[in-house]
Amino acid sequence: MFEIGGKTLKSRLFVGTGKLPDYSLIEKMYYEAGVEVFAVAVRRIGPNTKHTKNVLEYIPKDAIIMVNTSGAQDHKEAVKIAMIGRELTNSNWVKVEIEKDTKYLFPDSIETLKACEILVKEGFKVFPYIYPDLNLAKELEQIGVEAVMPLGSPIGTNKGIGCEVLLKPIINEIKIPVIIDAGIGRPSHAAKAMEMGADAVLINTAITTSSDPVKMALAFSKAVEAGRLAFEVGLLKEYEYAQASSPLEDFITG
Amino acid sequence: MTEFIRKAEKVWEEFKDYVPTYDEVCEILEKEVVNIEDAAKLLNVEDKNSILLMASKAKKLTRENFGKVILLYAPLYISNYCQNGCVYCGFSCRKNYKREKLEFNEIENELRAMKEEGIDSVIILTGEDRIHSPVDYIEQACKIAANYMSEVSIEVYPLLEEEYRSLASAGVVGITIYQETYQKEDYKKLHPFGPKKDFEFRFKAVERALSAGFHEACVGPLLGLSHPKKDVLCTLLHAEYLLDRFPKAEISVSFPRVRSAGTDFVPKFSVSDKEFIKFLIVARLYLPRVGIVISTREDARLRDALIDVCITKMSAGSKTTVGGYVAQEEEKDAQFEVEDRRSVAEVVDSIIKKGLRPEFTNWVRGVGSL
Ligand code: SF4
Repeated sequence: MFEIGGKTLKSRLFVGTGKLPDYSLIEKMYYEAGVEVFAVAVRRIGPNTKHTKNVLEYIPKDAIIMVNTSGAQDHKEAVKIAMIGRELTNSNWVKVEIEKDTKYLFPDSIETLKACEILVKEGFKVFPYIYPDLNLAKELEQIGVEAVMPLGSPIGTNKGIGCEVLLKPIINEIKIPVIIDAGIGRPSHAAKAMEMGADAVLINTAITTSSDPVKMALAFSKAVEAGRLAFEVGLLKEYEYAQASSPLEDFITG
Repeated sequence: MTEFIRKAEKVWEEFKDYVPTYDEVCEILEKEVVNIEDAAKLLNVEDKNSILLMASKAKKLTRENFGKVILLYAPLYISNYCQNGCVYCGFSCRKNYKREKLEFNEIENELRAMKEEGIDSVIILTGEDRIHSPVDYIEQACKIAANYMSEVSIEVYPLLEEEYRSLASAGVVGITIYQETYQKEDYKKLHPFGPKKDFEFRFKAVERALSAGFHEACVGPLLGLSHPKKDVLCTLLHAEYLLDRFPKAEISVSFPRVRSAGTDFVPKFSVSDKEFIKFLIVARLYLPRVGIVISTREDARLRDALIDVCITKMSAGSKTTVGGYVAQEEEKDAQFEVEDRRSVAEVVDSIIKKGLRPEFTNWVRGVGSL
């Protein structure tokens, strides 16, 4: 159990929905893999058509919708998209994602900070997607966001925790939850993020584009749990030299 | 600005006879980034196994970047008046086609018919005629369309930046504009008269639209009008140039093949299915994050095969005559012939059978035109 955004959650695995081959998998991930938080891009919450139903109709009512501002190019657009998203979903959880390039999809720190300031004041539970930048994370914490979501590696790359040395200080210094978002390609990457002390992970491509998204969600869910348990117990540190062995202590009384 | 055309020609000259071996293809595919020289080499691959190998990497890149989703749209021809003399076109002003232009209430009827089929994203098309289809006519049509569809794009004659700006505020999100060919000499011959003669003005249209606030742009050649591989290389570099210059925009490419449309025009080059497939695959390998669009000019079997590899967006249930959705008539006065005549429902079905999700909305209304 952990507290985030005013809710108590069992699962530390959040899943993005945009790349899914079939929205009916959302419900299965909820029931079979215990996923409770689903990220939904506002830009894709289209109306029902003759052949397709709106994504919202597939999300179980007890699950949490985290609306996503992807497609926003500056803070003004992000704020507007968040407002539209809240209106459409009745959820005030918003993932602030502002990208100024469509080539790498790197988050824009300055615009993200501005958007978060406004959205917190507007009463949203704000989850900014950021670079692993400690200073930015601290500023965001001050402003009152619910969590920070630094990237593990660039979006869609499945490269895993490529920024470990930058992520560690954030995890150590920041008191609000840290959710590793983007770049996690395998359950072992997710386990590693949790072992490092991340509070949760958000997975998109690796689950949704696998050949069996529900089973893959289950695999990730187990990995997340395993990593978290290990973190809570405290991993043994790997020293280059063995730790001083105790039997000698009696003799060496300085 | 047209620097990249020179670069494409240079690269093409250098590698036009270079056919990489299977091992070389593997080596290129192992690389993190495929550069334009690699792309030029891959365009020459003939060996089936090499092409299949390229296809499997292309598929991986498509899924990573775009997920298991295919966007669907349909075109709406609102006017076929045209002052241009494109020698390959059925709408060309020399032809004695019945000139038609939809009234606003007819446009509404068309949109309603499209909506009933399930379409939620439309491209508004006209011929080039500032008298019969002036910008304010197009703008009004787009405003009406925005009431029915989540996403409205245009494929109309090149406009001025301020004209694009007023269309953007009318709710237009995207522009498609084909340069037809990037090779100026051929361009001149193919466009003997009419405003389209002006290569530069057409060429810079996309940039004007993106500067004016459009979110999406689709560019490409009309394959067969001039040397296809050269035009493909130009398109790749054009798309990349746009990505660099407008990093926020979503850029896509499309490679329609020239087809007969009531003209006796014989294209200079014919592009086989195999070549066509290879071009799309190379586009994906070179530009992993760029959309690839395919229209109903291509037949159902080929389209179905390609959505599995590199396509991100396709038209469905298209009518290419003015008033075609209401009339449901045969395509006698069409700008080009539709090869894939399946209904929207049938296309949706085949996408689902491939294990993919048909999506009609890329930008829900109000978000795309921010
Ligand atoms: S291709 Fe377009 S511009 Fe050229 S004649 Fe046909 S409709 Fe007119």
